[in-house]
This record gives sequence, structure tokens and C-alpha cells, in this order.
Amino acid sequence: MTQLPPPSAKKLGLVIDLDTCVGCHACVVSCKGWNTENYGAPLSDQNAYGADPSGTFLNRVHSYEVQPAQGEAQLIHFPKSCLHCEDAPCVTVCPTGASYKRSEDGIVLVNESDCIGCGLCAWACPYGARELDAKEGVMKKCTLCVDRIYNENLPEEDRQPACVRTCPAGARHFGDLGDAESDVSKLVAERGGFDLMPEQGTKPVNKYLPPRPKDVMPEFDVLAPYLEPIASDGKGFVGWLDKALSSLPGGAK
Amino acid sequence: MSLDQPQLDTSPKVSDEVRKTTCYMCACRCGINVHMKEGKVAYIEGNKDHPVNQGVLCAKGSAGIMQHNAPSRLRAPLKRVGERGSGEFEEISWEEALTLATEWLAPVREKHPEKLAFFTGRDQSQSFTSFWAQGFGTPNYAAHGGFCSVNMAAAGIYTMGGAFWEFGQPDWDHTKLFMLFGVAEDHDSNPIKMGIGKIKARGARMIGVNPIRTGYNAVADDWVGITPGTDGLFILAMVHCLMKAGKIDLDYLARFTNASVLVNEDPDSEQFGLFLRDEDGQPQVIDRRTGNLAPWNGQGVEPDLAATYRAKGVTHRPVFHQMADRYLSDDYAPEAVAERCGISAQRIRALAADLARVAFDEAIELDRPWTDFRGKKHDKMIGRPVSFHAMRGISAHSNGFQTCRALHVLQILLGSVEVPGGMRFKPPYPKPATAHPKPHGKVTPGAALDGPHLGYTHGPEDLLLDAEGNPTRIDKAYSWENPMSAHGLMHMVISNAHAGVPYKIDTLFMYMANMSWNSSMNVGGVHKMLIDKDENGDYVIPRIIYSDAYSSEMVAYADLILPDTTYLERHDCISLLDRPICEADGVADAIRWPVVEPDRDVRGFQSVLCDLGARLGLPGFVNEDGSQKYEDYADYITNHVRRPGVGPLAGWRVGEDGKLQGGRGQPNGSQLQNYIDNGGFWIEHVPENAAYYKPFSMEYQDWAVKMGFYDVAQPYIFQLYVEPLRKFQAAAEGIGTRQPPEHLRERLKLTMDPLPFWYPPLEDGHADPVEYPIHALTQRPMAMYHSWGTQNAWLRQIHGHNPLYVPTNIWEANGFQEGDWARVSSVHGAITVPVAHQASLNPNTVWTWNAIGKRKGAWALDEKAPEATKGFLLNHLIHELLPPKGDGLRWANSDPITGQAAWFDLRVKIEKSAVPNEAQPVMPAIKSPVGQGPKELDWKVGK
Repeated sequence: MTQLPPPSAKKLGLVIDLDTCVGCHACVVSCKGWNTENYGAPLSDQNAYGADPSGTFLNRVHSYEVQPAQGEAQLIHFPKSCLHCEDAPCVTVCPTGASYKRSEDGIVLVNESDCIGCGLCAWACPYGARELDAKEGVMKKCTLCVDRIYNENLPEEDRQPACVRTCPAGARHFGDLGDAESDVSKLVAERGGFDLMPEQGTKPVNKYLPPRPKDVMPEFDVLAPYLEPIASDGKGFVGWLDKALSSLPGGAK
Repeated sequence: MSLDQPQLDTSPKVSDEVRKTTCYMCACRCGINVHMKEGKVAYIEGNKDHPVNQGVLCAKGSAGIMQHNAPSRLRAPLKRVGERGSGEFEEISWEEALTLATEWLAPVREKHPEKLAFFTGRDQSQSFTSFWAQGFGTPNYAAHGGFCSVNMAAAGIYTMGGAFWEFGQPDWDHTKLFMLFGVAEDHDSNPIKMGIGKIKARGARMIGVNPIRTGYNAVADDWVGITPGTDGLFILAMVHCLMKAGKIDLDYLARFTNASVLVNEDPDSEQFGLFLRDEDGQPQVIDRRTGNLAPWNGQGVEPDLAATYRAKGVTHRPVFHQMADRYLSDDYAPEAVAERCGISAQRIRALAADLARVAFDEAIELDRPWTDFRGKKHDKMIGRPVSFHAMRGISAHSNGFQTCRALHVLQILLGSVEVPGGMRFKPPYPKPATAHPKPHGKVTPGAALDGPHLGYTHGPEDLLLDAEGNPTRIDKAYSWENPMSAHGLMHMVISNAHAGVPYKIDTLFMYMANMSWNSSMNVGGVHKMLIDKDENGDYVIPRIIYSDAYSSEMVAYADLILPDTTYLERHDCISLLDRPICEADGVADAIRWPVVEPDRDVRGFQSVLCDLGARLGLPGFVNEDGSQKYEDYADYITNHVRRPGVGPLAGWRVGEDGKLQGGRGQPNGSQLQNYIDNGGFWIEHVPENAAYYKPFSMEYQDWAVKMGFYDVAQPYIFQLYVEPLRKFQAAAEGIGTRQPPEHLRERLKLTMDPLPFWYPPLEDGHADPVEYPIHALTQRPMAMYHSWGTQNAWLRQIHGHNPLYVPTNIWEANGFQEGDWARVSSVHGAITVPVAHQASLNPNTVWTWNAIGKRKGAWALDEKAPEATKGFLLNHLIHELLPPKGDGLRWANSDPITGQAAWFDLRVKIEKSAVPNEAQPVMPAIKSPVGQGPKELDWKVGK
């Protein structure tokens, strides 16, 4: 079994805003593109143009319908990738040490040259965040774009995960969740960010921001003064109009 | 195991080079950085400097690499050798292909240029393709607007000089309440997502009005699950509430709209319903300073919204009086419309009250002085921070034009157009209908058409009719059937050409339009029309030439295929003469350029037209000595001059001082390189004091002239009352010499109303709403663009099939369970398809994703692909004509004003079905000209 390092002070991760995610899959495909071309083996696709296409993705968006006790049903888009847990069961279960958590920033990675593709880590992950690449036979997972975030060949503003850079709605945020003063930590504090399945005891670093309450527009009686009638027909309206116009700037005839 | 970590290179080389061009994975046209490794495309990301997407990129854009490498790419020109529809082709050379096309087309042009119908689908080069068609001399040209969103575009132009998307956008930085009606996702794809993100980050609110709660509507603070086709009624009920409460911007209405313009109210007058005009033809208002008549645009005039004018026994009242009469009527009271719209009266009032609260109680002011066209100086810009956006959801109905008009009028009543926080135009818009060309259709054998094809009609005199009153155009655009069909009617071309009504054609020439599949109604019928033969054994549509980059369903139905390049292999210009990429704060245009060269025998379609145009001797395409004028499209983009100083691209033109400048100027031989050096686009920002009130602001008007949008300042006021509509209506009432056919009279009287109103979708009068009680819609998924997405190995894993989503009440009433299938039928046809439950759905509505279903053999997919076995089209249920209703006539399934295809009027019934082997109907496979894609992909360029 593989050991976890002592908890790092720096805990890099994502904050994903479920209030803003429109479910467009931009993050899914940007991730696929970057990680096919970069870190480790490409993310392969089987039956790519066939009857039952399937491929390796490090990030997928699921959609769930929620029926509140009162009011209209809602649809929540839920992007899911590795949460870079502090107590990552996928690391401790690894028989070869291929699966590891970086001591300097907490990113959970797979060293593909040591991975034997046994799949134990995928079984151990309660989030289903790891996918065995069918062609290469190695375990693939979110790297938090470790080959982007420190990459001196990229302009500084681009040193963030591909999914964050591309998200059109700005629903994905990247930063140090170990630093209470970081933008992402403040966002989590302000918006009530939460852990996914905390009962699993994995202490995920990634946080989700909850959807704001929906369909709670002010009741009619609160807004009623805004629609106080000034007339009931065309004639009355014209009478009101005469008065209203004379009170406009330059209105004295 | 130890804690030893592997050494990781965290700064690997990203690419050899970044080439910046423009995306074409949908109509949004974002800037992209194409990362190259060893001369190949390695990775695509958004361009941070680009005005449209500012660095972000959607799923389609990021998957561009799979489109560029798609196995469905056509490889060489093809000549049909089997029967039409069989997919039997032989590869030929370009010389052979172009010689053949010339042999076919030259005699047509010599004798009957109108017998060429040239329609260009989702073309992003319409100012070029229309120029070619004009040179050819055929009146029969249009792109796909008629089956997309012409109702929105035309209603916007006639009402206020622009609508949404390419013409305008919400003021995302200032708006406090954003109301979104049904959109086609590619109509401002990334900017809408960015805007929603922005307003959410600021704590502003968003209301979604849509029968379906997915996508943008899923994140809306409030969702209004309206019944399809009733949006106009809902909007006018809110207008009713706002007017009744006086929550309207009177100052704005008086100054900047024709609410104050006087209308003749004498029913016996030939001028009934028309504006009172002075000798110069200018509409008249009463000037509040004097109480006398004055032209609307007179210097210093203060138009009066209330005063009437009586002369020679005729009363003239301002437009605003007529609006009060109409919209204060109880017909538009929330209680009267609630049931029909599926929204409670209380909720309609609450929504109207919320608009009023934000528009007037939360008004904002910017300290920016500006001057209006009457010379009045304003020291502030007052914002009504309510904004709207809408597209195809409300426009693809047969009452869509009037519904879109209603939405624009609502915005204007709130004073929220072209003000901070409201809806803003994107230069070169605003541009009123009067500043657009009129339609042209005069044919001269062997010569060019008399002017541009598409434009805006202002009365019966502008219709394109022959001496007998028959339509000039094959699609019957600008005829009495749809007098304001500003984008043409591509969806009627095949059907009319097959019927020989109004006349037979010789050659159907199409580009990038999947007209034998997802872009046509009545798919099976269209297949029959395309392969139908006359008594002599000749095809009824004698010749079909088609250009596409991919092996789409349409390919098999053409006689000659001109294979196009992918978007990364071509030159393009996203031009101010066409559908530009501008933002409210800047005028912009952009290019595509070959970031890689094609590895197949394919050519950019526009370059092919330069060649073909020269072979045919078309004016504009040959030099005086008859030689080819433009070597290729890049040459045209650089050197074509449309008006003095104005060409396809506005950036880096040569000024009088010989220096490069934006806007007007002479052609610059290095212009494309200047664009490439700047990241593929050009932008010039609107001066701050010209950023709002664009139609009325002299600061803006002067800047627009300087930039070359038009040659003289042309301020105008918004047309709440559209007089051209009244002129068509008056003709139907018997006024004037150009008269409609009798069978259209009543419909024209009803629908050509100069003030917005609501009428039920026309299908309701033909299909029995009791037998067919359910509305059926399609939506475009955010990760797909019509039929293109399916050939993309990554995107098809996101949307590989499309169930019919069914609301809870219908689900339970039919006893549906997961895995069930249903037979869905309309008056026209039936399909059998998989169903899925969705609770967040209007109770009278079912829907599915658009264009996922594929025909076997197309797009280089396996015949067992889920797109072909479980995927389906609703198109089989929709006919281009309405069902007969016993009057002996067949009415088009289109908006009677613009001819927009009424896709969303569809009514169906639904019943549980045994599970079939495949979605029904099953069409036979077509032979693929490109074979099938590989089984496995692991696409890594820099190995």
C-alpha cells in the first residue's frame, strides 16, 4: 500500500459554482484536448465512429433533476473530476506507489510508468473520478493540469487548469484552498461552499458552491404598488398622460 | 511504499507555434489559438484578446481538432455515376468538375439566369456569395435565415434597427435584471454564457422564459415555463400591466420613438393608418414648445405624446393613443391570457412589476454628456437596467414576427434600448429598415441582377412580382404570401422547384446546407422530390451541384460535389458587409486563414466561386481583358472594393496619407498579414460619449460615418408603429393599384398589423388541437452545432442519441417507464422513438435535441451508430405546407409576414409503443463516399 504525505500547507484545487454552471461541457472537452496532447498517455477513444463509442475523460458533467417539496422542478448541472482529497483512498490502496499525492501542493497524480492498471484505485474512489484508459491500460485522472499551472512556457495568466481557462460562464475557479486568504477560500466562505460526500471521510480539497434559491421572486403583494393603475382605458390613459407629461422636464406648456 | 515522488517536468514545451484564427464550430465565431506541433494541429483554446470570447471556448470549439481530422471529410470532387440518392460517385479532377459546372451554368445564364437557384445554408460569407449570385443574374439567392431566425432579425430591424446577437446584446456590465426567451444556443453562444456568469457574479437576477428548463434556464433565478407559441400574448399582457400603471418611460418614448408621430384616423381616407407627413415626406409630431406641427427630427423640437391634430375634417392622433387603446384592453389583461400561456395571472403581474421596479426604481446614471439629433444636449446617460435576449424559440412560429415585435416594443416602452443596463446595438448596427437596400429581382439574360437580392420592403411597390402578379423568386420571397421575407425561404426551394411553381429551374446549387435531412421539413417527401423523374425519365430538378466539407446526408442527392476545406484550412472574412463579430463597445471584423494546408484534393468554396465566376464571365469576377479577376478568396478579401474606401475588411486599409487605418481606405496588399499579426481580428472601440443612444446620438452618428458604416449621418427614431405593415394591410383592404390575390386578403388584413398583436399559431387552425394536444420542440445542445457535431469523436460521446423528453403528467398518463418507446404522430406523419422523463418541463410540451439523428451511411459513421438507430428527427412530423383545411388551398407552414419556417408550431399526440428494433421511420442506408472512421483514436501529435 502507498502512504500519503503529511498534509501540505498548500492545497491546490477547484471551486465549482453549481449556481452558474449551464452544463455546456466546455470544461469536459477542453480537458480532453489538453490531456490527450499532454501529460502521459493520450486519452483514447474506442469505437470512435461506431455503435458504442466510449473514451477516457478526466472530467464529466452530469445533470440531475431536483424536485423541491414546493415549486418547480430544477435541473442541476454537476461537473465531476478528481477532488484531490486530503485522505485520498485511491493513493493508499495503490499496490505499486504509482498513485500518489504531491507533498508540495496536494495534487493527486498517477505515475503512469509504475501503474499496472489493476483498477484498485478506481474502486476505492467514492466519486468515480478515475478512468482506466482502454488502449494504454493505465489509470487516468485529473492532474489539475500540473503541466500548465507551473508552466513557464505559458503566459502567467494561462497558468491555470484548461477547464478553468475555458469555462465560458466563469463557474470554475482554481487556487489554494489551504490559504484562508486566497480568492477561492473567500468564495467558499462567502457562498457556503461544501464538500462532496463528506461522510466518506476523504476530505476533498475541491469544493462546490450551492445553487442559490430559485423561483423565489417577491410575492405579488410586495410588488403590487409598482402596478397601481393610473387608468382603466385609453381615454383615462390619455388624461393621465397629459398630467404626466406636464411634470416631465420642459413639460410646462 | 516510500514517499518518493517522481520528478515531474512541470514546464513542458506547449507547442512549436500558436496560430490565431476564427472558430467555425458554430455561428458564434470566437477567436481561437491553434497550437501547432510539427506542422500539425495539437490543441485549440480560446483567444484571450478576442472581442467575442475573451479567451473562453465552448465544447464545440475545443473539439475543433476532431472536426478538422474527421474521417467524414470529403477528399476530391465527385461526379454522380449511379442514380441520384444512391451515393454512387466517381472522383474527378477539379478541372473536370469546374468545366462541367461551367458547361451546365453558362447556357442557363445566357437564356434564363433565374433557372439557377443558389442557396448557401450556414454560409458565413454571404456578402460574397450574394455578390456572385448577383453577377450571375439570378434572383434566386438566399442563405438559411428563412428557416432560422428571420422573424427576430426582421422584427428587430423594422422596429428599432437591430435585434439580438449580431445586431445587439444586453449591457452585461450594468444590467440588473436579465430576461431570456428561447434561444438557439449558437446565437451568441459564449457571450451569453459569459454574460450570465457576469451578472451572477454581481448578484443581478435572471428570468428564463422557456417551456423547457435546461441549460441557461436551469441557472435562471426564476423559470417561466410558458406554453409554446404564446410568448406574444405573455409579453403584451406585461405591456398591458405596465401601461396601465404608467410604468413606461414617457420622456424616452416622446423623444426617441414614433409614439408621438401623428396617424391619420379617418377610415374613409386613402391615408388611413398612415403618418401625417410634411412636404418633404417627414412624419409630423406636435411640438410641445409651440403646440404646432413639426417634423419628427426638427432642431429643438419637443415631440408631444398626447396632443392630437385635426385638419380638413381628419383627426390625427399620435401612435401612443392607438397603443393605449389596444393594450389597455382587457383582451391583454393577465387574467385573459393566463390559461393560454400556462402562467398564472398573479405571476404575470409579478413579473411586470419586477420589470417596473428595476427599470425605474433602480435606474442608473452615467456622467457622460451627449447630444441628440435635435441638437439637445443631455448631461447624463440614464439607464433602465432591464435587458432581454431572445432568438429562435419565439421566432420559429407562424406568429413569430409579431411576437418578436412585441418583445422589442416592451423593451422600448421601458426605455431600455441603447441605454446603460439595457439592450445595446453592436456597430455597424443600429441600422433602420430604411437604410437597408430594398430587394431586387429584375432578370436580364446574360447580365447581372439589378441590385442586391435581399432587403427590406416598405410597401406593395417593393414586392418582387411579375406583370401577372406571380412571384419573381423560386422561394416566393417578397410575394404576397410573405411580403417581408428579408432572408428568403430556403426551406421552400426544393418543394417549389419540384412543383415547378412559380416556375421550373435547371440547376439547384447549394452550399453547406443539409437540405435532405435536418434542415428540411418533410424529409421523406424531400428525398422523393430530389430523385423524382418526369415522363421523359429526366430528373424533375435537372441538376444539383453541392459544396460541403463533409459527407453529409445531402451529398448523395447531388450530381456534382465540390469538396470544401475544413475551417482551419481556409481563408474567410467575417465582414462588416455581412454578419460581423462586433461588440457594443467596438466595431470588429475577423479572418480565417489556412493554419494548415489541406492534405486532400479540396478547395475553399469561395475560391472555387472566384474561378467559376471567371469561367462564366460574371461581372466583378473578370478583368477587362476577360481574365480571372481574383486568384482566390484571399485575393478577393484583400482587393475587392464594394463602395469607395470600403471593402470586405475594415482593418488596416490605406488612408489618404498612405498610412494604415481602420474604417475607410484603399486596399492594402498586406492586409491579411496585418490581421494574422493581430491575432486574426481587428477592433476599434466606440468613443465613450457615443457608446449609448446610438441611433439618436450625434457623437455616434459622426463616428459611424467616419468608420464607413454609411456615408451621411442617419439618426432615426424607433418604430413602435411600423408604417410599411400598414401599407400592406391597406392594400388588402382594397387601397392602391397593387392588390393581393383574393385568397390572401383576409390573412393580410389580420396579420399585417402595424402594432404588435397576438394570434394563435397557424397550425392550430389546421391540425385539431384536441386530437393533437401536445407541443413538440427541438433544442440545440450546447455541445453540438446542427448536424456537424455527430462526426466529432469527442462530441458524439456527449450527445450520441436523443430521447424524447416527456413531462410528468404525460409520462404518468401513458404509464411510461424508463426504457420505453412511444409513437409520436402529427397530422403529417409518425415516428417511434425512445422516451425519457423530465419534470422541469411545460406540461403540454415534449422535446428532443436537434439534429442528433443521422441517416445510415452518412458522416463516416457505422450504420449501427446510436445516432442512426436510436437517434431521430422531429422533421418527419413537420411539413413545409400546412395540412389541408378544406378550402382547396395548401398554406405554407411559415410566418405569413416573413416566411420564417414555423418549426415550433408542431402539434403531436403521443402513445406508448412496443420497443422496435430501431427508431422509426428507418431510411435505407446511403453509400458513403469516404468509407468509415477508424475504430480507435489516440490523437497525440507531439509523441
